[in-house]
Amino acid sequence: MVNFALQAKEDQHPDGSAAPGSDAPVQLAVNKLEIRYGGMVALSGVSLDIRQNEIFGIIGPANSGKTSFLNAINRMDMMRSNMTVTGDIHFNGVDIRQWRNVYALRRQIGVVFPLPVGLPMTIYDNVALAPRLSGKNLSRQALDDLVERCLRRAALWDEVKDRLNSLGSLLSGGQQQRLTIARALSQEPKMLMLDEFSIAVDPVTTMRIEDVLKELRQEMTIILVTNLVQQAQRLAHRTAFFLNGECVEIGETEALFSGQVKDSRTQDYIEGKFG
Amino acid sequence: MSGQHTDAALAENAGDSLDANWYIDKLFQGVMFVCGISAVLFVLGIFAFVFAEGAEFVIKTINWSQFLLSPRWAPTSDYNPTYGILALIAGTASITVLAMAVAVPFSLGAAIFIAEFAKGRTREVLKILIELLAAIPSVVWGFIGLAIMNPWIIETFDVPIGLNVLNCGLILGLMAAPIITSIAEDALKAVPDTYREASEALGASRWQTTARVVLPAAKNGLLAAVLLGVGRGFGETMAVLMASGHSINLPSSVFDSVRALTATIAAELGETAVGSEHYQALFTIGIFLFTITFIINMTADWIIRGSKKG
Ligand SMILES: Nc1ncnc2c1ncn2[C@@H]1O[C@H](COP(=O)(O)OP(=O)(O)OP(=O)(O)O)[C@@H](O)[C@H]1O
Ligand SMILES: [Mg+2]
Repeated sequence: MVNFALQAKEDQHPDGSAAPGSDAPVQLAVNKLEIRYGGMVALSGVSLDIRQNEIFGIIGPANSGKTSFLNAINRMDMMRSNMTVTGDIHFNGVDIRQWRNVYALRRQIGVVFPLPVGLPMTIYDNVALAPRLSGKNLSRQALDDLVERCLRRAALWDEVKDRLNSLGSLLSGGQQQRLTIARALSQEPKMLMLDEFSIAVDPVTTMRIEDVLKELRQEMTIILVTNLVQQAQRLAHRTAFFLNGECVEIGETEALFSGQVKDSRTQDYIEGKFG
Repeated sequence: MSGQHTDAALAENAGDSLDANWYIDKLFQGVMFVCGISAVLFVLGIFAFVFAEGAEFVIKTINWSQFLLSPRWAPTSDYNPTYGILALIAGTASITVLAMAVAVPFSLGAAIFIAEFAKGRTREVLKILIELLAAIPSVVWGFIGLAIMNPWIIETFDVPIGLNVLNCGLILGLMAAPIITSIAEDALKAVPDTYREASEALGASRWQTTARVVLPAAKNGLLAAVLLGVGRGFGETMAVLMASGHSINLPSSVFDSVRALTATIAAELGETAVGSEHYQALFTIGIFLFTITFIINMTADWIIRGSKKG
């Protein structure tokens, strides 16, 4: 079923180059979001819509609230006792606070963390973990196919196909990061969130992953938090600029990078004047 | 540079000076080395002492098949003193097995709850309670066995004596549980939170995360916790002496009284003449306990090594 839906979307964007226009369906609608840790406000007044099949970039210096934003979306606030989220977030039109089963929500949203987390199990099991747990009861063959497909899509298959049963944590940093991408894809998510994925990855691997993302975007919505301004420029259709817990500006990436900004702080950040 | 002439002055010139930190470092390395070595020496010394005391018996007097296979432990018999420890082994084993059957599931469950599910205050209170439980001296546990469990067992199960395998196993299980729990909890805490977050971000539930990611990652530590519990049960003396009934028996049910290896040494050593056959036999039991502990530890080591490779 999921596959069928993905197939249909792929047909809409055969070459993947056209950005989803402002009339495209909304994947994630955020309204007056505020995130606090105890008494400290980490992010406030964020309202934005993320469209289906777009790559939405978020840039901003350290402590601007980017990671907190992602954590609110897949309800990781439940794992942090001091984190409170107010305002609302609609995923596919449904308020995420109304989801009774957060695990089912998270299965639709893949996450890639700044530092790769290879779980202490084999490469195969890293990718097969989530499908096994989701109760789909795939046959051995179907699972093998799924693992191969995810690893291929993450551009890792050729490097690991002969050592699927060795520990995932023994891979190099760049390989582990691609492993976590493969793992995030293992449930055919509707949306993929990447948090500064290239922090521990060499430039060549970063480029390979960027190519992967351009491909993936035909099948899913991507939120790309990045500390590299140029990475947002290369990949994102639209970009938001976060600064000190405030969403300063959201705009078409091309426009922002060609100087059409509403706020001079955005300009300064893009030009590397601070942060 | 030029081999022979790399003298202190040259080194000094290049900025390679032996400063206070260097000497302190060397000093502490030395101190730590002495501490480490002395720990090894103490263990060897104890072993040598126990072995020396039992040596004569082991080498000359002992009848191995009788020692290991006879259930008759009658060292004070005038006409036919017999030293068979089978019943004592059975006593220790039955108590330890029952204790572990009680303590392991209970403690692992408690450790998982504290480490993975309990939050804030609940967790703190539970941890304090567990630590309090671990601090209760064994003679108090023995007293509980005598004064509370004994009448309770007699009444509930309608048996003549309440000092038996059941009583002692439960007491020992309760004693081992807090230790296993707190070591197992440490093992779970040592699993990085990033694993939990990665797993939950994939949509795994808290329980799935625990079962599929956290427990496998912590398995060595958990195994160590269980083995420490076994060691505790095996070596415990006072509570066992008080709660087991201390009568020589090959138990056929949990309601039989038994006598443990450790309790036998504790109860009899003070009344034997130093150097007598009985005295030496008790030390031979000591050697036996030593050996078993050694085997348990080596096995644990071997299992842990094996699981690391896998
Ligand atoms: N678990 C937490 N408890 C308390 N404060 C937190 C927690 N996580 C984040 N914060 C605070 O919230 C603010 C925003 O942090 P966040 O991690 O979202 O920033 P970021 O934009 O992702 O920064 P970076 O680029 O360094 O990753 C910071 O001031 C941070 O100290
Ligand atoms: Mg961050």
